[in-house]
Amino acid sequence: MAVIKTNNEIIWKRRTTKKQLAIWLAWLVGISIVLFAWSIISERTVWFFVQDAPRQAADIGGRMVPPKWSYISKLITPVWDTINIATLGTVIAMIIAVPVAFCAARNTTPHSTVRVVALFIIVSSRSVNSLIWALMLVFILGPGVLAGTIAIGLRSIGFCAKLIYESIEEIDENQVEAIKATGASNLQRMTYGILPQVLPTIAGVGIYRWDINIRESTILGLVGAGGIGLQLSASINTLAWTQVSTILLVILVTVFISEWVSAKVRGAII
Amino acid sequence: MLKLENLTKRYNTGDLALQGVDLEIPDGQVLALIGPSGAGKSTLIRCVNRLVEPTDGSATLNDENLTKLSSRALRRARRRMGMIFQEYALVERLTVMENVLSGRLGYVGFWRSYFRKFPKDDVREAFRLLDRVGLLEMADKRADELSGGQRQRVGICRALIQNPDLLLVDEPTASLDPKTSRQIMRLINELCAERGLTAIINIHDVLLAQMFSQRIVGLALGKIVYDGSPEGLTPEVLTQIYGEEDWSATIEKVDDEDEDD
Amino acid sequence: MGKPENISTYPEIWNKPPFITNSTLRWGIIVGAVIYLIAALASMDINPQRIVEGIPRGQRFIASFFPPNFADNRGVVWDGILESIWMAIISTVVGIALSVPIGLGAARNLAPFWVYITCRSIIAGSRTFPEIILAIFAVKLFGFGPFAGFIALSLGTIGFFAKLLAEDIENSSEAQAEAVKTTGANWFQWINYSIQPQVMPRMIGLSVYRLDINFRESAVVGIVGGGGIGATLNTAFSRYEFDTAAAILVVIIVIVMVLEYASSFLRKWVQ
Ligand SMILES: Nc1ncnc2c1ncn2[C@@H]1O[C@H](COP(=O)(O)OP(=O)(O)OP(=O)(O)O)[C@@H](O)[C@H]1O
Ligand SMILES: [Mg+2]
Repeated sequence: MAVIKTNNEIIWKRRTTKKQLAIWLAWLVGISIVLFAWSIISERTVWFFVQDAPRQAADIGGRMVPPKWSYISKLITPVWDTINIATLGTVIAMIIAVPVAFCAARNTTPHSTVRVVALFIIVSSRSVNSLIWALMLVFILGPGVLAGTIAIGLRSIGFCAKLIYESIEEIDENQVEAIKATGASNLQRMTYGILPQVLPTIAGVGIYRWDINIRESTILGLVGAGGIGLQLSASINTLAWTQVSTILLVILVTVFISEWVSAKVRGAII
Repeated sequence: MLKLENLTKRYNTGDLALQGVDLEIPDGQVLALIGPSGAGKSTLIRCVNRLVEPTDGSATLNDENLTKLSSRALRRARRRMGMIFQEYALVERLTVMENVLSGRLGYVGFWRSYFRKFPKDDVREAFRLLDRVGLLEMADKRADELSGGQRQRVGICRALIQNPDLLLVDEPTASLDPKTSRQIMRLINELCAERGLTAIINIHDVLLAQMFSQRIVGLALGKIVYDGSPEGLTPEVLTQIYGEEDWSATIEKVDDEDEDD
Repeated sequence: MGKPENISTYPEIWNKPPFITNSTLRWGIIVGAVIYLIAALASMDINPQRIVEGIPRGQRFIASFFPPNFADNRGVVWDGILESIWMAIISTVVGIALSVPIGLGAARNLAPFWVYITCRSIIAGSRTFPEIILAIFAVKLFGFGPFAGFIALSLGTIGFFAKLLAEDIENSSEAQAEAVKTTGANWFQWINYSIQPQVMPRMIGLSVYRLDINFRESAVVGIVGGGGIGATLNTAFSRYEFDTAAAILVVIIVIVMVLEYASSFLRKWVQ
């Protein structure tokens, strides 16, 4: 904001001239980057396919209806597997994420080297998508639900630990100090002073991640790591479109139910 | 007996909060520490139980030099010093009972405390203290469901269940209304008398300080500028501690009319 | 915890009141959870023998990641990374541009009912299906390559961004909005002066966050043919060039770290 006084007038402008220039420059750079990115992408696009897409979409859409309802009976086990992958994966992740978070938080870390290691664990786990984790684990463990569960677990550690350690850093230090003043040991300070303050966050993060993991575990089957994605990719590869639409509907319903459940549980806990 | 010798604290930021404080407090004395904001009152009592590490000098409690203790011995020494905080500093999401019992943490092993299996004597004592401060019914309430005055009473129980020799009290009434303030101060005073406790009470309210303590120490810019009886607080002395002001209304003796809950 | 009969004797035992007070419900939940865990673990089909056999294989597999090989396929890796970055940028920009009208429409305090319902269904649809599923269909429709990935990521951005925008608008201060309305401002002026200043700082932070997500997701849409570094990564895996795969993963991690740092910096700068 700037007020400029000239000879006999006062001019109000939102920004100073210099700042305005800087902002315009930023816009210019931003727009050029976007245009450049677009030119690269469009260079690598076969526009014939894109023009053909509406017709293709109509065609596939037409083949998808009506969904093959009888196929649902074959989907019960895959859905059960999908839910298990998400739930057990979340449980594994939380068991590891809580100690990692305590090591990563500035006010609870035992040592600064430990903190760096913990932060590194968090970033690596977050950066690698669960599908890539699954891809690697299928090489090690062979295809199946176990690979999917561990993949979901590995991916979720970083996410959960990050949210938890941020909330640990925001706790009220007075409460911890009061516990310290009674002569409590470090572990007691942790369980009496810090844990009660972050427990709601820990519970909330676990539920939130479980909800996300239900979605993520629906696709792990694409690389053979179990769950309903297996049926999805098989149906797409064999062009069984009525099965595909059935699977998509089942996924839709599962996700809605999981969202409803997590909202209910969160409401009850917090 | 608590003895402070040349106690000095310089914070990392460079603030010299305490400049060589010498103070001797005999057993059973209740001492009020007054002084303007930033004078170093909190720093002084925190240097005693080493929530703040003093830079120089020593604090000696019953012939034990607190400033030299290893961390294990320090924990042991902290059990003998109860602390009461301005903002209560209760663990808000724990129940009243857990907050009171947390005063015993220094005496109880980790797993016992983790599973809330405190010794019978501790539990009985906790109930007795809660009854004493009139909160027996509240034992299972969560601390954040209490009012300010009730929270401070829980804070007092937490300090007393430590069975301390010394009470460190940092502005116990700063967040309370005038009537509750008096009740809390009276409670602290009575409990000290019952148990023959030594106490240092930081307080902003000069009137309350005069009413409830046997000795007053005035601190300004990290130095002791007054040490004497409550009656000796003349306008001149207050000016020396706090600076120029019209003090007539502050120290006018008001009758301590006895109000109860 | 009952009140003691005789006030002079106090109870010696105290138990923390349970979190769920109804004991039938409490035990029901505990037993249910245990049964579920057992059933789930049983259906996991963990074969100890296979795991034991898998250990040396796993060790060999992990060993083959080291040292990460940045040299051999440098051109391809570099190209994939750049393509991912361009995809992430363009899909974030397009996704957000589409999210703004949808987000405004999905805010209950701004939009008429039928607009609200329409926008909410678009959001729900795009949120339900992971980017990968969107990408599979995009590849079917638009052919292999970054364009399909771009479409999938843009759709994913809508579900994320429009939802948060709508929620933010719904939570914004009623008083400020009314104050501007009473000046006689028209709808666009009203949005510009009362809603925008309230939601803008958080939205800027969120767009960088979404850029971060889109970059990471671009590493997987390639697996189903949506272009970007994911395609390169998938090729490396299928050719058993694990050291190259390791190099790609390292690059991804570094870029995510940089983005994270940039977003925290930008958030500070905006506020
Ligand atoms: N943690 C800290 N880090 C740096 N300086 C501090 C810290 N705590 C206190 N100080 C400084 O030390 C001086 C004394 O502070 P202290 O809190 O002891 O004052 P006080 O007398 O308790 O004031 P008040 O009545 O406001 O509570 C102040 O100048 C303050 O700025
Ligand atoms: Mg203070």
